[in-house]
Amino acid sequence: MTVGLFFQHLVNGISLGSLYALIAIGYTMVYGIVRLINFAHGDIIMLAAYFVFFGVGMFSLPWWLAAVVSIALTVLVGIVIEKAAYKPLREAPRISVLISAIGVSFFLENMGLVVFGGRAKAFYVPPIFKGVINISGVSITSLGIIIPIISAILLIGMVYIVNHTVTGMAMRACSKDMDTAKLMGIDVDGIISFTFGIGSALAAVGGIMWALKYPQIHPLIGIMPGLKCFIAAVVGGIGNIPGAMLGGFLLGLGEILLVAFLPGLSGYRDAFAFIILIVILLFKPTGILGEKVAEKV
Amino acid sequence: MLEVKNLNVRYGGIHAVRGIDFNVPEGSIVTLIGANGAGKSSSLRAICNLVKKTGNVAFMGQDISKIPTKDIVKMGITMVPEGRRVFSDLTIYENLILGAYTRKDKENVKKDMEWVYSIFPRLKERETQMAGTLSGGEQQMLALGRALMSRPKLLMLDEPSLGLAPILVRDVFSVIKKIHDDGVTILLIEQNARMALKIADYAYVLETGTITLTGTGEELLKNDKVLKAYLGAV
Repeated sequence: MTVGLFFQHLVNGISLGSLYALIAIGYTMVYGIVRLINFAHGDIIMLAAYFVFFGVGMFSLPWWLAAVVSIALTVLVGIVIEKAAYKPLREAPRISVLISAIGVSFFLENMGLVVFGGRAKAFYVPPIFKGVINISGVSITSLGIIIPIISAILLIGMVYIVNHTVTGMAMRACSKDMDTAKLMGIDVDGIISFTFGIGSALAAVGGIMWALKYPQIHPLIGIMPGLKCFIAAVVGGIGNIPGAMLGGFLLGLGEILLVAFLPGLSGYRDAFAFIILIVILLFKPTGILGEKVAEKV
Repeated sequence: MLEVKNLNVRYGGIHAVRGIDFNVPEGSIVTLIGANGAGKSSSLRAICNLVKKTGNVAFMGQDISKIPTKDIVKMGITMVPEGRRVFSDLTIYENLILGAYTRKDKENVKKDMEWVYSIFPRLKERETQMAGTLSGGEQQMLALGRALMSRPKLLMLDEPSLGLAPILVRDVFSVIKKIHDDGVTILLIEQNARMALKIADYAYVLETGTITLTGTGEELLKNDKVLKAYLGAV
């Protein structure tokens, strides 16, 4: 393998990894606050792609406006899902909420099949994302560069919100001790909505970029990235935001490089994430950056 | 200032607080004493609406029985929960900022931060440290400071002396007095009956969910039953 080719794979891996990171954060943030694996998160990705599809196809919006509208709608859907399917179960055993999450996921997928139809549709890719850039023998699509840049900006923004704003402090407080957070006068329900909103927004951006990268959409496209990003969040340490980013990049890079170095295994591409999951669960169940389970009281 | 009437708290089949009444007049220190499981914490948590309850709670003439916790805090009732419950992964500074979460007057928040630091110089020194790294006594100070940051009219303290060395207990009580002298009304729950009764204007004794004795702090300090049951006299 030439150095040029290696770099090409590296860029592809980073690009895929940043997508995973973006989506994984939604899982990890929601888990951090309400201790719930939001299995509907993957289907949110699918919805975001369809919103753009209809925005461009049915309402003839310019693609960027369609993307903005899609993100806004996806945020709304994320918040509504929380209010409708999770909030009424706030005091219920955790397994009930988990089942509710799986239910929402099935509901969205099947609703997609009914409303959008099961046939794959071609996703409109604006010319600006189609260009190919050649840097001394390494050819990269412009999308391959735009994805990591947008992701990086969003990830940095996210970390800033969580670590340096009062809302971020309130989020961290809620994730540790909801009752005491209430005693500070924090609107815990508001913070939870905000968390679902932010997670959904990141997933929407991820979903739209996913559709640009693989421009065939159907109602089940969210499942695989959803599962992989869930794994990324677990690998990094669920509940831990830098962990989710790390897990996302590890998974993306690993997947691409595996196929690059061992082309014979390319059929096992999707299995890679699950193998990593098994290995992590065996040797470090709390994830790479995960916290110790026992907490000092 | 605070009027509680016929307060009941039930957890499943357990009737933890059984129709108690009590008042906290403005400017006073009132204490509820009693053994473990007498319903002291439940009463405080019920006033803040952290647990389900029946009965009436009025604060400054306004019925607050149905008001959500966050709005009760906005009205001027702040509670320091049992076991301090500082946010251990947040810095001391961040803990204090969250204490002032409901306030919009940034300038005054800054001043109050200085006020809290003047009461607890130790916190200032450790501003950027995680709260989890503090000792038990320091965490209690932080919990008190955090509560003060909301500028409460009524401060409710749930067992502030719990698990502290005797010398620290004295510190905590002198701070409570200082806070009271600064014009904050205080409702105090304690197992350390002697310390609580000494500083209290008025006291209620709680036994298995009902109030069995009332009186001024001084009266109860001399009361035979209290002496036997809570002050270790024979």
